[in-house]
Amino acid sequence: MADIRIQNLHKRFADFVAVRDSSLTLEDGKFVVLLGPSGCGKTTTLRMIAGLEFPNSGSITLDGQDVTYLRPRERDIAMVFQLFALYPHMGVRDNLEFPLRNEGLPRPEIDRRIKEVASILRIEHLLGSRIGGLAGGDRQRVALGRAIVRQPKAFLMDEPLGTLDAEFRELMCVELRKLHERLKTTTVFVTHDQNEAMALADQIGVMNQGEILQADDPEGIYNFPSCLFVASFIGRPPMNFLKVGSGVLPGMTDVPVDGAHVNVPEIDGVAEQAVLGVRPEHVQLVANGNGALAAQVKHVEYFGSHWIAELESAAGTLKAVVDKDLRPADGDRVGLQFNTERIVLFDAKTQALLPSASTRAHQPGMRHG
Amino acid sequence: MASITLQGITKTFGDVTAVRQMELAIGDGEFFVLLGPSGAGKTTTLRLIAGIEGPDHGRVLMNGDDVTNVAPAHRDCAFVFQQYSLYPHLTVFDNIAFPLRSPLRRTDPAEVKRRVREVAELLHIESKLERKATALSGGEMQRVAIGRALVREPRVFLMDEPLSSLDARLREELRVELKRVQQRSGATVVYVTHDQVEATTLADRIAILEAGAIQQVGTPQQIYREPDSLHVAQRLGSPAINVLPAEWFEGSCHPLAAHVAIRPEDVELSHGNGQASFQVIECSLVKHLVVAERAGVEVRSRRMFEHALAPGSAVRFHFPPQHCLFFDQSGRRLAAPH
Repeated sequence: MADIRIQNLHKRFADFVAVRDSSLTLEDGKFVVLLGPSGCGKTTTLRMIAGLEFPNSGSITLDGQDVTYLRPRERDIAMVFQLFALYPHMGVRDNLEFPLRNEGLPRPEIDRRIKEVASILRIEHLLGSRIGGLAGGDRQRVALGRAIVRQPKAFLMDEPLGTLDAEFRELMCVELRKLHERLKTTTVFVTHDQNEAMALADQIGVMNQGEILQADDPEGIYNFPSCLFVASFIGRPPMNFLKVGSGVLPGMTDVPVDGAHVNVPEIDGVAEQAVLGVRPEHVQLVANGNGALAAQVKHVEYFGSHWIAELESAAGTLKAVVDKDLRPADGDRVGLQFNTERIVLFDAKTQALLPSASTRAHQPGMRHG
Repeated sequence: MASITLQGITKTFGDVTAVRQMELAIGDGEFFVLLGPSGAGKTTTLRLIAGIEGPDHGRVLMNGDDVTNVAPAHRDCAFVFQQYSLYPHLTVFDNIAFPLRSPLRRTDPAEVKRRVREVAELLHIESKLERKATALSGGEMQRVAIGRALVREPRVFLMDEPLSSLDARLREELRVELKRVQQRSGATVVYVTHDQVEATTLADRIAILEAGAIQQVGTPQQIYREPDSLHVAQRLGSPAINVLPAEWFEGSCHPLAAHVAIRPEDVELSHGNGQASFQVIECSLVKHLVVAERAGVEVRSRRMFEHALAPGSAVRFHFPPQHCLFFDQSGRRLAAPH
């Protein structure tokens, strides 16, 4: 068990800044995901926590102890690169024992740990089996077992599910989350996949170009993205953005969008130019002539549980999630109604979220610094 | 353009029956998807239509004519594979033009130019025509491969997982484009995939294939709403349909039912105390999904949450009877009780 604090971490490779003055507090027992596109600095941050890279400046503390320049072995942290690398020629028990024998633990301790891990993962009955004969799900559990048997203070995972197919990855996410509920070991998990992040994380740090743009719980990231990048990176289909036709001032409760007026949560900030953001699931199709904006259905896709409609309005192209019992058709003329409370506004120049009546009540679920 | 009929087709490879007694009628201009796991016989079916394989029994008809013994070249089907096989030393233009310049066709150069341009515009690659095929991204290469099939104006397009080697974003983009191109050209497409999203978004009709046999044929909505078997019910829908023990539904359940299935978007959160309580495993605001467990059974509910439910907390569900599907021990669908 450990809390991890990184402060003003900075890392350059030649003249490329991989991590820029980043600070983050990872509380004991939390599952924290670093999320961002490739090259954003998430893996470099993880490697610095592991001790595989040293920062140019800044510090990392583990339970209050400065470990910034300690070697990996001196940190008692387990790095999990690929959950699924098992030795196929060895049995289940040997696969689990391997990391412990490497550490030179005495036999009774090894036996105790194996027993404990096997019971947590419900694989006691498989200890005598060979890896080759195992079903997919059992293999996953054995691989997980090998990662947790060392009982480190923290797990660091670098895209461990990256090579799995979609279905398997979802199953594995559930397994990982269940395991975390039992062990409550501080975990830092790096991924570019927002679904994994949202499914697993207690807290998420969204990174881009070496910077942590937002650190919050999944709810905060999804509902109150700190900037346009976070807003467009999270959510599928992505958030719709509409250009606001005027500057905005505190107290405004509606904004002009292409001549029409769209109700918004009472604005607390000022911006010369603003962008309105609304997620596809908060856009409702209503009868032509009603709603805030007029639009035409360009294309619909059926997903069983819902439709996704692509809509053309004078303010631009939007997407909406439509109930499965409705049947929108190409060419339909419709009105668009927005769920007012879920509209967010951004300053077009700084790209930052503008404070409003909805954001006022929100407390970030993670200490950013 | 052509309709395709398969009559009593069986194809074996050694001891393995790849396709068993298949009956299928694909309409002219239809986007028809064969959906199933690997080994279900999808690709073999496609190869039988193309004439690359001959059936052990049965007949293949195109526009009503028996083509069972007609050579592939004369069936006039264009194939698009998962792995785009372009000629790396040729430009995009020459790759697309290639089928038109074959000795069988020998198209007039002005006509070649016109058709290549037309296809390139349709696929939004008109600015890439002078590039070498190797200088393209994966998505662009697959567009060129599709373009090379389109330019021939064949009677039928046969597509074998054409999008599966592309990343998610490109796949989404090309999916929309493929559907648009097919609608505009009116071509008959037989499309093989194991991806249910491709199936529901692209298909006019879907055939669910399993172990060489067709389980059900219908529009995406028919198959999603009215599956004939538990197996078919589990083939479509993401997250997958919930399969719950019949004991949970005592009194409100078909007497022969062994399983009750309900789609995640139909499972409601309940605030009453009457229902049993489940333990939350996962709650995702992005997927609008909560996964919870009771007695080893996982339940998924797809809802618009205002706030995420904490893992480990308790939640209650309501399973509206009008959305429940009942299946017997063998997985056959039972009529709803009244």
